[in-house]
Amino acid sequence: MAEGSFEPKIVAFLCNWCTYTGADLAGTSRIQYPPNVRIIRLMCSGSVDPTYVLKPLLDGADGVLIGGCHPGDCHYQSGNYKARRRVIALKEILKNAGVDEDRVWLRWVSASEGGRFAETVTEMVEFLKEKGPNPKRREWAV
Amino acid sequence: MESQPRIGVYICHCGVNISATVDVEQVAEFAATLPGVVVARNYLYMCSDPGQSLIQQDIEEQGLNRVVVASCSPRMHEPTFQGAAQQAGLNPYLVEMANIREQCSWVHSDRGQATEKAKALVASVVAKAARLNPLEEREVGVTPGAVVIGGGIAGMVAALDVADTGFPVYLVEKSDHLGGRVMELNRTFPTLESVAELLQPLIERVQNHPNVTVFLNSHVTGVEGYVGNFTVEVSGSPNLQPETMKPETHELGVGSIIVATGYDVFDPHRRPELGYGQYPNVITSLELERRLAEGDLTVDGRSPKSVAFIKCVGSRDVQVGNPYCSRVCCMTTAKQSRLVRELLPEADVTVFYMDVRTFGKGAEEFYDEARAKGVRYRRGNVSEIIRGDGGDRGGRGDRSGRLVLVGEDTLQGRPFDFEADLVVLAVGMECRSDVGELSTLLKLPRSSDGFFLELHPKLRPVDTAVDGVYLAGCCQGPKDISDTVAQAKAAASSAMIPLIRGTVLAESATAVVDPDVCAGCGMCVEVCPYGAPALDPLWGVSRINDVLCKGCGTCAVTCPSKAIRLQHFTAEQILAQVDALLCV
Repeated sequence: MAEGSFEPKIVAFLCNWCTYTGADLAGTSRIQYPPNVRIIRLMCSGSVDPTYVLKPLLDGADGVLIGGCHPGDCHYQSGNYKARRRVIALKEILKNAGVDEDRVWLRWVSASEGGRFAETVTEMVEFLKEKGPNPKRREWAV
Repeated sequence: MESQPRIGVYICHCGVNISATVDVEQVAEFAATLPGVVVARNYLYMCSDPGQSLIQQDIEEQGLNRVVVASCSPRMHEPTFQGAAQQAGLNPYLVEMANIREQCSWVHSDRGQATEKAKALVASVVAKAARLNPLEEREVGVTPGAVVIGGGIAGMVAALDVADTGFPVYLVEKSDHLGGRVMELNRTFPTLESVAELLQPLIERVQNHPNVTVFLNSHVTGVEGYVGNFTVEVSGSPNLQPETMKPETHELGVGSIIVATGYDVFDPHRRPELGYGQYPNVITSLELERRLAEGDLTVDGRSPKSVAFIKCVGSRDVQVGNPYCSRVCCMTTAKQSRLVRELLPEADVTVFYMDVRTFGKGAEEFYDEARAKGVRYRRGNVSEIIRGDGGDRGGRGDRSGRLVLVGEDTLQGRPFDFEADLVVLAVGMECRSDVGELSTLLKLPRSSDGFFLELHPKLRPVDTAVDGVYLAGCCQGPKDISDTVAQAKAAASSAMIPLIRGTVLAESATAVVDPDVCAGCGMCVEVCPYGAPALDPLWGVSRINDVLCKGCGTCAVTCPSKAIRLQHFTAEQILAQVDALLCV
């Protein structure tokens, strides 16, 4: 990281069928976006356990991105709806626990939306740069 | 799993696709320092035979029990490396891939940052690999048969190949007849064969084939399932005349789906400066096909003295959103200009072109013949077509009110006015306006031009991101009849692979319940979309039927006592990935 500039770290959980494939399409289409995002492949956004979101935030990631299929398009019929409900509940809990819930993004990106994936990452990086580093990074540092 | 993890890490250069942006040697050196890694190498093409042998040799000689390949997307080559590991005696589920091409080298340009990201991705996947467990491969039966969507030449050819092999085929056509766009043509290029003679026997064979059920005026309304076992919902009626039809819903069980939905013709109204719809003697190449079939080219009862063709209307044109070449218009124009010349030996026939692209067998020769027969090719852009006003008001053209093509000769670098009695616009191809519906139903990705996206442009040209769904013809991109038929036959043979095998691999990465932890609350039963978990009445705990389980993992997240584990994506593995990512 260059001196003085803050480069946010984003952990992304992407569903295998839509958003992960959308990110692949951004690649095959050579659409450039900031390298701040680190992707973990899951089969479904509905399999994102709340601990997957909590752990990176408490360990100092600046943001968590969950990517799933558009409503109605889930490969497993309804996993994305479950993800949506869980993220809403989780954000409420984060707020009450004093963790900035705006650092958690849930976005629908289909397998054909490479451009949308790149835009989402770009937008999130800009948003987090404005927000500044996750304070948990210092608080929890041993 | 036996003893300690012994991980081999293989960083692929992918030619220069990865190594141009990512310092692969540095990544390999870094990987060698990660816990559990015993060997880390980089190689030019990991997917090549020598690349795969490298892995196999290390498995045997170094006693590797986990393999990590950092290269392209696992959606591309995971089966390749799983297969290689399996040949060397390693369970395929002990292989993981780090996606450092699609999700790193191709989307970032800063070498330092891309290398750091690649390291983090490799570390994350190595951490997961160390915690992998072997899984059993399972096979399930296949429903024999295929649905072909679209009754044009691609759909019919594909349907016949599958049907001739002995499988039932359901051919679903939106309109009230078979034949598709080719039906609108008069003669083929470069052989000048009659299209009717080509198409009619094909249509008859399809209609009379005992294994083919034709649905006319029908469309696909729903698709469920996966390769080997799809349920396709079709609204319409099989083999009935349109007037007696009462649309009803049919559920068709098949193993494969072939998409052959064709294309839309570019609407020249979107180039208003060319006067289509304004002047009756400005027509499209398809309208000319009909006029040629009728043998009548007269304009207002008179034989035209000058016929002009304009190529690339709606193709290679960023203004209308179609930067691509439609591939058929150069030869269509060569064919039509030649036929017009034969029909009207007295008339001037002029073709305005950007470039002439007459690839394909016999095509360049055909184009040479057209010129030898007196068709004039003039390199130029026509920017506007106006009706001559006889020069009365200082305007253009003679007194007869002929059309005047205004443009620039791009060889001479000079503007021109060119008079014509009949103008033919060589209109290009576009993806169908309703392509989005099918794309959503089948979850089929599309490329930036709107057409359906093949899985790999060279090696998997008829496969798609959805296993068991194949592409034939112009729904994948503009093509002539020869290429369409070739692709249709390719799609048919690919679609028959699961049908002939009779089995497909079932999901191995299913969810499992730890009966010692399960409290029998039944929440997994409620959230599962497939009815896989059920409460064991005797023990009061949940059991998951691994034939029904598709491995989505929603039960594992829902389980309040964390008794359910999604194999291959366990919480332990994922959290280890998070840890490793944040440590780099």
